Amino acid sequence: MYAIFRKELADHLESKRFAILFILATLAAVFAVLLAVQNIRGAVTSSSEFVFLKIFTISSEPLPFFLFFISIFIPIIGIALGFDAVNSERTSGNLSRLLSQPIYRDSIINGKFLASLAVLSFMVVSVIAIVGGLGLRIIGVPPNSEEVLRLVAFALTSIIYGGFWVALAILFSVSFDRAATSMLVSLALWIFFFLFASMIAEAIANARVPLDQNSSLEMFARNIEIQRMVSRISPCNLYGEAIVALLTPEIASLNPALMMISVTVAGKMLTPLNFGQSLLLIWPQVVSIVALAAICFAISYIRFIKQEIRAI
Amino acid sequence: MGQVVIETKDLSKTYDGFTAVDKLNLHIEEGEIFGFLGPNGAGKTTTILMLLGLTEPSSGTIQVCGYNPDREPLEVKRIVGYLPEKVGFYEDLTARQNLEYTAELNNLPRGEAQERISNLLSTVGLSQVSDQEVRKLSRGMKQRLGIADIWVKDPKLVFLDEPTSGIDPEGIEDILNLTANMAKRGMTVVFCSHQLHQVQRICTRVGILAKGHLVAEGQIDGLGRQAIAGGRYRIEAQVGQVHQELIDAIKRMGGVTEVQDSGDSLLISCNKDLRKQISKLIVESDNSLLGMRIEEYSLEAIYKKVLS
Repeated sequence: MYAIFRKELADHLESKRFAILFILATLAAVFAVLLAVQNIRGAVTSSSEFVFLKIFTISSEPLPFFLFFISIFIPIIGIALGFDAVNSERTSGNLSRLLSQPIYRDSIINGKFLASLAVLSFMVVSVIAIVGGLGLRIIGVPPNSEEVLRLVAFALTSIIYGGFWVALAILFSVSFDRAATSMLVSLALWIFFFLFASMIAEAIANARVPLDQNSSLEMFARNIEIQRMVSRISPCNLYGEAIVALLTPEIASLNPALMMISVTVAGKMLTPLNFGQSLLLIWPQVVSIVALAAICFAISYIRFIKQEIRAI
Repeated sequence: MGQVVIETKDLSKTYDGFTAVDKLNLHIEEGEIFGFLGPNGAGKTTTILMLLGLTEPSSGTIQVCGYNPDREPLEVKRIVGYLPEKVGFYEDLTARQNLEYTAELNNLPRGEAQERISNLLSTVGLSQVSDQEVRKLSRGMKQRLGIADIWVKDPKLVFLDEPTSGIDPEGIEDILNLTANMAKRGMTVVFCSHQLHQVQRICTRVGILAKGHLVAEGQIDGLGRQAIAGGRYRIEAQVGQVHQELIDAIKRMGGVTEVQDSGDSLLISCNKDLRKQISKLIVESDNSLLGMRIEEYSLEAIYKKVLS
């Protein structure tokens, strides 16, 4: 398997696809830093404990640019690294040659998955390092140890999330004979999760708990609760919740309604959570993403092993 | 000859209700070049895939070099090379890098692999282009690279599936010579092809497959006698003067079944090779023997006959 892993890794690193994605990622990271630096003065108040993390989470309407960018970027790299893993081998005539070598069939798919994951990790870590490094240079405030921990957790979560997209793309590359089909299906699914899952969640919530001007705070809370629950079918939302909580220690609950109530009641933002508590908060999200990735990988693994190599 | 390399018993394969291979019994011995023939869709490739352990047989047993490919695919793949019909390489890698990858997958030590690859590249005549990307190679070159690729692991048995399709005559010549070369170095070769005269040139034995059945198997001349002449030898003797006495005399010989007079020559059917006896008879009857020829069978004629 090591041989396959090494070759796939070399293939990825030498490919144009990788070069393009990497340039894109670097540009976006630099842009994110510049945007953050422009706005950081307004965002940092005297009581701010986590100045360094602000570089990553600073708000530029409507979403923190960096988080928005990375939540789009990761699925795209994941898909780009996996969508033609198996079917391109088949169409190029390499697959039957490869399978007639004395290797276990599963080591092909394992090697490919791990190589894609390694490239993905490399990209994620580089992007975070670029943003962090540039930010450090410009604002001159070093991260404290908790911020570092949070960033490491953020990187790991992002890699796991990317692993899910790689596994999904490999699943389609096993299932569809043409690389173009598997890419389109992967992208379509991503767009569904990214855009439509939230809309559907909203529609369902509004159907269950209709809101109007006279609705009580409780009704709002229930509506939002339903929206949240439904939108969690989308791994994009799971990941979004996880990274927002990781990088914004002030978030004490993933439920915006609860946050809203507590802010209203207490009249101010709560004290920031410590790292362990934030981790506890996002643990279900992370486990769900891991489970989704494992399921996708398991299905593609089984399909690939069972797939008959047929005479054409 | 001697050791059995491939042995199948009642090997069958059914795909969604369609029987691709039906109770096939193959027996191939070490050092043979076995021509595996049959129309498209007869089940040749399916058979090879089963022999390699890439496809599971529906029923029947297989032994390849003493291993069961279904249970011990890795053992089989270690000693068997397979050149698929539509062979492909990693287009972005050079010819040498492609072979290095194969060597690595076969766990060959680096130094040994390097040396073997260089030798093989020169054997197949690709030394000049060994550091060019595969995308720049011609179809014929790729096919030769394919031969080098299966040779890297130094197999005992190789399957060549249509190795000459779509290649120019010179390229075909190269492939045939390389195949013969492999056999000379002790490899057993199973050669699938539709190019019957190529098969006839290099194969020691052939098997013809139709609708999953082996309809004929054996050495080409034996097969020809079976298929075309009903098991008889046909001898054509050109004599100075054809006359009835001579015909009668030949007819009286033991083993001769029929004598036909075709003007200046006689067509004799007999159940064994009687050339010696017939020529002696002709000469002793004061006639002159101008020429004698035992009928040879072209594989093409056999193939048509067997499949009709």
